[in-house]
Amino acid sequence: MVSSHSVRARTWKVEIDGSIVGSISNQRTVEFPVKAGQHLLRVKSTRYLLSPEESFEAVAGQVVKFSCHPRALSPIIFTRWLIWFLASLVKHDLWIGLEFVNTSSADIGATSFAVLENIPKIPAGASEIESSLSARPSGIGSGTITGTAARAPANPRSALVVSNLTKRFGERTAFSDVSFDVGYGEVFGFLGPNGAGKTTTVRTLGTLIAPTSGSATVAGIPLSPENGVEIRQRIAIMPESPGLYLRLTVTENLEYFAGLYGLRHATTRINDALEAVNLGDRASDLCASLSKGLRQRVGLARTLLSDPEIMFLDEPTSGLDPVASLEVHNLIIGLRQKGVTIFLTTHRLDEAEKLCDRVAFLNTTLRTVGRTAELREQLFKRSLRVKTLEPIGDPAEFFTRILAVEDWRPDGANTYVLTVSDPEVAAPEVTRALVSADVGVLFIGEAQHSLEDVYLELIADDAEARRS
Amino acid sequence: MSLDATRLRAVVHKELLDYRRKRAIVVSMVLLPILFLVEPVVSIFVAAPSESSSALDSFVILPLLYMLLIAVVMPSTLAAFTVVGEREQGTLEPLLTTPLREQEFIIGKGAAVMIPSVALSYLVYGLFLLAVELFAHPAVATAVFHNGPILLALFLFAPLVAGWSVVVGMAVSVRASEVRVAQQLGMLASLPITGVVLLLAIGVIHPTFPVAIAFAAGLLVIDLITLRIVSRMFDRERLVIGTKATRS
Repeated sequence: MVSSHSVRARTWKVEIDGSIVGSISNQRTVEFPVKAGQHLLRVKSTRYLLSPEESFEAVAGQVVKFSCHPRALSPIIFTRWLIWFLASLVKHDLWIGLEFVNTSSADIGATSFAVLENIPKIPAGASEIESSLSARPSGIGSGTITGTAARAPANPRSALVVSNLTKRFGERTAFSDVSFDVGYGEVFGFLGPNGAGKTTTVRTLGTLIAPTSGSATVAGIPLSPENGVEIRQRIAIMPESPGLYLRLTVTENLEYFAGLYGLRHATTRINDALEAVNLGDRASDLCASLSKGLRQRVGLARTLLSDPEIMFLDEPTSGLDPVASLEVHNLIIGLRQKGVTIFLTTHRLDEAEKLCDRVAFLNTTLRTVGRTAELREQLFKRSLRVKTLEPIGDPAEFFTRILAVEDWRPDGANTYVLTVSDPEVAAPEVTRALVSADVGVLFIGEAQHSLEDVYLELIADDAEARRS
Repeated sequence: MSLDATRLRAVVHKELLDYRRKRAIVVSMVLLPILFLVEPVVSIFVAAPSESSSALDSFVILPLLYMLLIAVVMPSTLAAFTVVGEREQGTLEPLLTTPLREQEFIIGKGAAVMIPSVALSYLVYGLFLLAVELFAHPAVATAVFHNGPILLALFLFAPLVAGWSVVVGMAVSVRASEVRVAQQLGMLASLPITGVVLLLAIGVIHPTFPVAIAFAAGLLVIDLITLRIVSRMFDRERLVIGTKATRS
């Protein structure tokens, strides 16, 4: 077992064998699954010149625990201390050392091991860190968080917790009394008409503008001006317009932003980000020479650089052709699998339906939040769609006689939509009735309401409410 | 105030790279010092060497101080572009979403404007003094090199007046609604310095070592105070949405 303790409320990225597997901070226990064998653990913070590292051997049935604490001055470590001291002239923080302790754990007893994947990002907490690296059985890809935290979020599994958030610009209300939470690794769709307050919400959660009232926790950190830098270190925002420096090349743009995230040697990250958006061959091109769609992809690559816990994507496929859109969709799906939380604002309802675990509809106030299937059930009664070869003689009389049918309406030529409480009960009954009446049946099945139907229903409600 | 060296370096590096790629900036950076060099060179080379050494000493003051304006004028338009320019080209919002602190933004941008301005000013001063040493009449050259306080002021004041010009330009840029307005107003930064140069030239202020040191110290303090004010004027909300921040 390996455990880390820090007396400062800092966020540390945990790197195993050169790959960042998550972050830890403040009195938390975090488990990272690793393969059996020799590994190198490095605890990194962009605020420090040196990263403490320790090699360890992961053995089946063992948890490796690292402990980080302020390093005392001794002749052996004097050179490092001197470097720390010089660094502290501009960066006044504590150097930490690692204490390596092997302990066995009863709950870890398997003999096969999982590849590192699907590791969730870890929210921040208080003032002590405990991290454990455990050799986990195959198939266990998720991490766990235990321990107490002095400023723990309301829900430690939530990447975003928003409570009664309101933003007003003078007399104008951008959004009002908005509350929702987003889990780690979730793709959350944020939908609404133009001027609904979506972008302002993103800017507020991204610490660009201050809320008028209400509260929020972003990546485990309370939203406040004092926490702005720490929050922005853990998130990435892609505005609707990518905002690139057109006189610089693609790589130079990304190098600049890597530097702003405190990443000094970011060549590998930049190459990976460019490959992820299929722009590896355009790395040396000036951004001015790129099409709108390609610039959008560079903007997306930029958000990948910092390995964020939460990505806010504002219309990420705006201006992209269908193939490029599909690539972005696949990228988002891949990021979700890696445990990155995606906050997606979009006007493309098909995109939201395809990608989002849950969606929220905002129209100044939050109209509803939920899974698309749940929203359909909430807003629409279940129904059957029936298509026949020829028109039914007297459909009103015909469908009224079927007990399972509550209501009906025509929907084009020879097509009828029947409101039913349980399609599985109603469908056989309707089929039998149609066959008995000698009506040729082309199709019978449950009618699906699209997310667009849900959206239009909600917006129509709002328009009606305004009129009344 | 905690500053991150990597972020500062990134801002400075990107700005310098951006300047190099814009031909108009490079051309103006080269031409402006040359234009400012013409008057001092002509003055020095047409000076009558037969005049008394005290008259020559007084005569060379104005051309020397005139060159100080290079360090004032050159950074003002660049500094005025720093914030409002980013806003106009749509790059400010992505920048503000990063962990970059306000102070890092301002110091990084300011340094990127100051570095080429001061370097070019020093280069011009050096070329001027070299020309005087090689080609001017020995009496005139002696007058130039004997003007210790003025030469000290020239080299000591270049970064200070450039700093003044940068912080004023950035203050304007933080609040301006468009680049043209910012650049027009930024040019006003040169007025106080021009005024001091004039007062020195017409003999209201006598250039001595104590006066030079006192002015340098005063200017440094003013620069630092103005820098702090600019830092406080930097309001992310105003920059993103164009109106003043409102908090409950």
